[in-house]
Amino acid sequence: MCLGIPGQIVAITDETRQMAMAEVSGIRREVNVACIATKDLADLIGFWTLIHVGFAMSLIDEDEAARTLEALHDLGEAQETLEAMAAGTSALEGAQ
Amino acid sequence: MKYAEEFRDPTAARIQLDRIARLVAEIGATAEKPLHIMEICGGHTHAIFRYGLDRLTPPGIEFIHGPGCPVCVLPRSRVDECIEIAERPEVIFTTFGDAMRVPGTRKSLLQAKAEGADIRMVYSPLDALDLARRNPDREVVFFGLGFETTTPSTALSIQQAARENLPNFSVFCNHITVPEPLRVLLDDPHMMLDGFVGPGHVSMVIGTHPYDFIARDYGKPIVVAGFEPLDLLQSVAMVLEQIRDGRAEVENQYARVVPEDGNPVSLAAIADVYERRPTFEWRGLGEIDASGLKIRNAYQSFDAEQKFSVGYGADQLRRVPDPEGCACGQVMSGRIKPVDCPQFGRGCTPEMPLGALMVSSEGACAAYYQYGGHRAVEAAE
Ligand code: SF4
Repeated sequence: MCLGIPGQIVAITDETRQMAMAEVSGIRREVNVACIATKDLADLIGFWTLIHVGFAMSLIDEDEAARTLEALHDLGEAQETLEAMAAGTSALEGAQ
Repeated sequence: MKYAEEFRDPTAARIQLDRIARLVAEIGATAEKPLHIMEICGGHTHAIFRYGLDRLTPPGIEFIHGPGCPVCVLPRSRVDECIEIAERPEVIFTTFGDAMRVPGTRKSLLQAKAEGADIRMVYSPLDALDLARRNPDREVVFFGLGFETTTPSTALSIQQAARENLPNFSVFCNHITVPEPLRVLLDDPHMMLDGFVGPGHVSMVIGTHPYDFIARDYGKPIVVAGFEPLDLLQSVAMVLEQIRDGRAEVENQYARVVPEDGNPVSLAAIADVYERRPTFEWRGLGEIDASGLKIRNAYQSFDAEQKFSVGYGADQLRRVPDPEGCACGQVMSGRIKPVDCPQFGRGCTPEMPLGALMVSSEGACAAYYQYGGHRAVEAAE
């Protein structure tokens, strides 16, 4: 929850709500990009960002993204975050 | 050698470890008279144990594990209040998975869920917003938990709910701030801290200036650090250099992610939605002035405490002492090590936690347990 996970912005999904699709370790998840927003949100496509609980909080370079992901894997946090994302999706479907 | 297996770049690690050993020798710190360095953030605590940094660094350094794990400092009364809200039939209670196993007075959220409460683990407050949109006949409550890293996410979610006029979404706000407990620790006459390793992702939001008082008023060095092992080693070396040179400054080792002034959008959202509570209770540390955030009146329809009259929204605030035999408070303030708690590995394990420091992998006791501390107990038995 406290450590962000790197993801790459692949598409803008909702301009007004400032939402984008990010790819995190091969999994796609919609995230809010208000904190890193540029005038034209489409400019964000392709950029790497640190994502905290569904919010892109900071732009990082690709190298930093790779090293951060390695450290998260070592700590077991990457797996935990991906599981939390899956749990979030099933919560929406009403699964308990 | 251990570090050769653990580090992807063992040469760089060796260079930093040599630098640290040299500095410790120059300062003259020894196992009998060690330097006490506090890593504030629970993520750093986890990383220090995972990579064995406490064993790789010389005995002249002792790491003190700070209060920076939001799950660990959540008092039992707040868990009880969560459950009180979650057990209402109209409520869908949403929470980060980390909070599910934190023990309340009678039960945890996990137990309440097993007994039939509609409690759902989510990854993000955005999931809770979605649930509220899809279930207009239910009250969706999000358990807002965490330091400044997660505070912007609930602030932005509340702003979004306000724009959409979502009447059935609210937040049970338990957001807390990092600098205030540090002041309490520094004011404690028993405290012997020589320097701090500052949190990286919290600082990405608030910047480095909120720590200025540590250097200015208390004369202690602090270095904001990333959480890769090399970041941590380099930051420890930077703290030691300041000690050797008799300096006390706020330095930023993680400048590639942490801007000095923080993230302006996040800070604006926090300021718009939240105000400081006069005081907030921390497990093990007691009441700390201005350390917790409350939803402003302008957004009060999204405040679960107001909506359901619980906690600070109730007429009478309940206070619950920590469980009998639990030494969480002393561990949290660095007075004793987790293994010195009589419950460690006996009445308190990650499977059956008694205290909150055993719940999350960022808690000092869970980190000790997971990375070999329990062996010390077995050996002693
Ligand atoms: S071992 Fe358990 S009870 Fe003892 S300090 Fe740690 S978390 Fe608290």
